[in-house]
Amino acid sequence: MSDTVKLSAQIAAVLVACIVVAVMPLYADLFQLMQFTLFASMAVLALSLGFIWGFGGILCFGQTAFFGLGAYAYAVAAINYGDSTPAILCAVIVPALFALALGYFVFYGRISDVYLGVITLTVTLILFNVFNSTAGDEYTIGTARLGGFNGMPAVPTFNMPFDPTAILYPEDSWYVTGGALIAIYVGLRLLLRSRFGRVAIAVRENETRAALLGYDPRVVKLWVFVLGGAIAGMGGALYVNWGAFVGPTIFALSLSAEIIIWICIGGLGTLIGPIVGCFLIQYLVSQIGSQQSFNSNLVLGAILIVFVLLLPQGLVPTLRNLVAAGWYRVSERRRETGHGQSRQMTAGQPVGAE
Amino acid sequence: MDLAAIVALNVVNGAASLFLLCLGLAIIFGMMRIINLAHGEFVMLGAYAAVIAANAGINIWISMLVVAPLVVGLFGLVVERCLVRFLYGRLVDSMLATWGLSLLIIGLTTTIFGNTMQGVPTPLGGFAIGNYRTSWYTLFLLAVALGMMAIVYAVLRYTRFGLIARAVMQNPDMAAVLGVNPAHIYMATFSLGAAVTGLAGGVLAPVSGITPVMGSAYVAKAFITVVGGGAAIISGTLSASGLFGFINQLGAYFTTPVYGEVILFLSAIVLIRILPQGISGRFFKGTV
Repeated sequence: MSDTVKLSAQIAAVLVACIVVAVMPLYADLFQLMQFTLFASMAVLALSLGFIWGFGGILCFGQTAFFGLGAYAYAVAAINYGDSTPAILCAVIVPALFALALGYFVFYGRISDVYLGVITLTVTLILFNVFNSTAGDEYTIGTARLGGFNGMPAVPTFNMPFDPTAILYPEDSWYVTGGALIAIYVGLRLLLRSRFGRVAIAVRENETRAALLGYDPRVVKLWVFVLGGAIAGMGGALYVNWGAFVGPTIFALSLSAEIIIWICIGGLGTLIGPIVGCFLIQYLVSQIGSQQSFNSNLVLGAILIVFVLLLPQGLVPTLRNLVAAGWYRVSERRRETGHGQSRQMTAGQPVGAE
Repeated sequence: MDLAAIVALNVVNGAASLFLLCLGLAIIFGMMRIINLAHGEFVMLGAYAAVIAANAGINIWISMLVVAPLVVGLFGLVVERCLVRFLYGRLVDSMLATWGLSLLIIGLTTTIFGNTMQGVPTPLGGFAIGNYRTSWYTLFLLAVALGMMAIVYAVLRYTRFGLIARAVMQNPDMAAVLGVNPAHIYMATFSLGAAVTGLAGGVLAPVSGITPVMGSAYVAKAFITVVGGGAAIISGTLSASGLFGFINQLGAYFTTPVYGEVILFLSAIVLIRILPQGISGRFFKGTV
């Protein structure tokens, strides 16, 4: 597939997504709409890991650290200010700063692969333990109590910018969450077409070669990581907006595992894949939860193993390759019927015979 | 004085349990460069095997020391044949697949045995040091850790299998040229690592809560200890678990158990940052 075909397919997909977001409240009832709002906020998280893993080559086992920090930052700020506008800003800035500090520590120490995974996983566990033990009254930021294992209930949800009295309805929340997902997707697409995006992909492909061409892989990876942290934090704010609640289980291992499963299934190295994987698996898990016939861990584990062994590319790249192969065959046949005569002529001549 | 003795005993015990927990993972990681994220679930299976055997009337010592490692070792053999052998040399994929395996095992165990399990009482009684009481079982754990260390060391250092295993570990292609089939060695080693892990689960069963998700409490700790220890199986694991166990227990003594874990994790991160090859990659080169 040529670049223009790819680009027009992407633009068409974004348009379709916009239309789906716009008409969804007409067709779905309130419960389904809330469910899809949750899925979309999780898809933002999936997108953040899909970006740093697929395009930055950074396997972060603890992307929930930024998600959870964003959620807590939003909750604390929203309770203190009573207005969600500065709180959303906090939810983006706090995880980004945390990612900056952690990324500086990791990338400038030239720690790679497994060790990066170990460190990010460990950071998530540290945060889980710390937030779990903040039950006492002394753990209060401003007027917000962190609440330890019980978490922070009754967090103010989104309101119109700078107008705390105008709280968003569930339909509006859906528009905001779905819109944010599309906006982040488009933003990342544009970023990947920019100079920085190309350098990031070059670093993922071969760090040494990129360094020899004069780019500093550490800086590039650091900014990719920080951007991923900021997006994950945004996802955290959207998540709190959905449930008006945040607890330390947001840092639990199971969620970290689930994000990685979404990406493996959707397809690493694409941006649409993580979103597709996220919606599919979340829908599946919610269906399993309502049916009660299977354990969801059992199904998730089996799916992950099957994908790693049999379909390591994931759904989206596999489908794309199939479509591309079909496209190639069709255009090949068209060319053959058009220029059949001249082809046979050249084929008829023995090669190298005088 | 009595307090100091108790704290010292706790520190030694913490290090010993950590060592037991990590040894199996270290064998698998050191040998095949495979990070087995289902390690915690192997521990859990060992505990389940021991408890089920003990509740079925088998002597508690036999269930812990024989049944648990046998069951988990066989299970490891099956896992290696059906899953892990396709993933050698693909580090990230092996982590993902074993993570999937861990979820699968949790799901299966929950489906079969439910969310809780009747535990077994801690065998052996207690004894007193001054005003403080502690149990003989902590000393038993220490003895098991020492015994396992001696056995694994002896096997790796003095037997023909150990010699071949170390050769495959250093250079699988060269070993294959000399007539060894690395695939068989990997299979045996993975199974051995699983059996050692099962034994750890068995002896820890009486002192821990038996639930399907108990493994997740161990996996991160074991994971960072092995990575912090580096590639050498015995010396790396021993030094890392000694260091981390010491830090953990002292931190827990001076603050709370929760912050003890936090301090453990933080010091592990700093250690990996300073010594990316692990302790044994820097200080004990060329040891087993």
